[in-house]
Amino acid sequence: MRKILEKIGEQFSHLLAEAGRLSILFGQAVVGIFSPPFRLEESLLQMEEVGVHSLSVTLITGAFTGMVLALQTYIGFKRFNAESLVGTVVALSMTRELGPVLTGLVVAARAGSSIAAELGTMRVTEQIDALTTMAVNPIEYLVSPRLLAGLVMLPLLTALANITGITGGYLVSVYILGANSLVYVRRTFDYLTYQDIYSGIFKAAVFGVIITVVGCYKGFYAEGGAHGVGRATTGAVVMSYMLIIISNYIMTALFF
Amino acid sequence: MIQLIDIHKSFRNKQVLKGVNLEIKRGESMVVIGGSGCGKSVLMKHIMGLIWPDQGRVLIEGRDIASCSRWELKEIRKKFGMLFQGAALFDSMTVGQNVGFGLKEHTSLSKEEIRKRVQEKLQMVGLPGIEDLRPDELSGGMKKRVGLARAIAMEPEILLYDEPTTGLDPIMADVINELIIRMKEVYKVTSLTITHDMKSAYKIADRIGMLYDGRIIEVGTPEEIQNTQNPIVRQFITGSAKGPITEGACL
Repeated sequence: MRKILEKIGEQFSHLLAEAGRLSILFGQAVVGIFSPPFRLEESLLQMEEVGVHSLSVTLITGAFTGMVLALQTYIGFKRFNAESLVGTVVALSMTRELGPVLTGLVVAARAGSSIAAELGTMRVTEQIDALTTMAVNPIEYLVSPRLLAGLVMLPLLTALANITGITGGYLVSVYILGANSLVYVRRTFDYLTYQDIYSGIFKAAVFGVIITVVGCYKGFYAEGGAHGVGRATTGAVVMSYMLIIISNYIMTALFF
Repeated sequence: MIQLIDIHKSFRNKQVLKGVNLEIKRGESMVVIGGSGCGKSVLMKHIMGLIWPDQGRVLIEGRDIASCSRWELKEIRKKFGMLFQGAALFDSMTVGQNVGFGLKEHTSLSKEEIRKRVQEKLQMVGLPGIEDLRPDELSGGMKKRVGLARAIAMEPEILLYDEPTTGLDPIMADVINELIIRMKEVYKVTSLTITHDMKSAYKIADRIGMLYDGRIIEVGTPEEIQNTQNPIVRQFITGSAKGPITEGACL
């Protein structure tokens, strides 16, 4: 019994230490964004890496999510003659939940893992030490631009995923399920408020911060060669997924 | 110029440094020798503030680096150049960008001036015209030389070499030795080299110190070290399989 309690205590203390280190890294990266030299070139490169390179997978995910949502909702709603509300459900689901969450998960898998692997490799090959010896703060140079990229690109990707999702839902409803195009479009926008869109975009910005900071954190503190880099990469994706899912519920419950 | 005073450092209950004392004078080439995994790299990283001691002080020109502000530490680091064991070239950049990185970060030189300085440093290490190659296109020896060009690009006062000849063929190792000597003679840099390559140590050192069991157990000129009566140093420099080191002698 004592051993079990010791193990639980050890895990809890490890978790607290990790949360502390993650928070400190986040704080230092935020300070780095506002401290000269402002790394515009690096930030733009990271925006390309996090945003542009995740574009196709995000758009495809958004489109097919909207399409399957339309299909499933139609089947369910037909049972009580509410097919005309399919557009509303697709639009609300995409903007409030599925757009930001699925985009977050897709980018965590694509860009978050890539950030952790890149920084992890830099750590184990002493490139991060080399930055420090050259009097360049590695957090300001490596983490701050990635954090900024996540903060800017996730909302943009989410907005695009929302558009493709709603469009996908429209195409399936109108051209496969035979819904009236005009009614579908009107129902889509009748119940959609700015609050729905903003809440999703806000969530996406939070997910952008989570993905990039967790990816950087896992890579930055990787140790133990190739095995350590692998562990950092997996750890970054798992931790990002968990934090995205949990923070999504908290944000929805508290604010939206 | 550099003083290490009673440095202690442990990692996960393993004590690596147990009270290291070492002084490196201005313009001197100090070499620290010691077996693999004895803490030589850890010792060197203390000088740059990459690792902080559990106990003891690191003084650079009389200034304790632990008491320096972030800005002061940055200014101190600008005086240093470091050649890493694996060169630690930034693999997202070209050779030219690697060598010019410090200049881009810390000087107001124009792109053209940086380009010229990069060419000059690459010429100096015997690798002209490779600015546009990427690190993964270079051999081990070329990487080390590019790492050296990057380390000297800012014309530092102090150079740290972490196992500069490890993994190189004898000819390339001697090329690196010659470059290290040239840095000292032409640019009057103070240097600390850590190595277990005795041929290199004898060639480049003004003084050699041996790190063993977490302490510097002997310091002397290459001649003094070659004629030492200390059985531990003797076994190490002769590379003998039998002796106090392999019998696990502790101090």
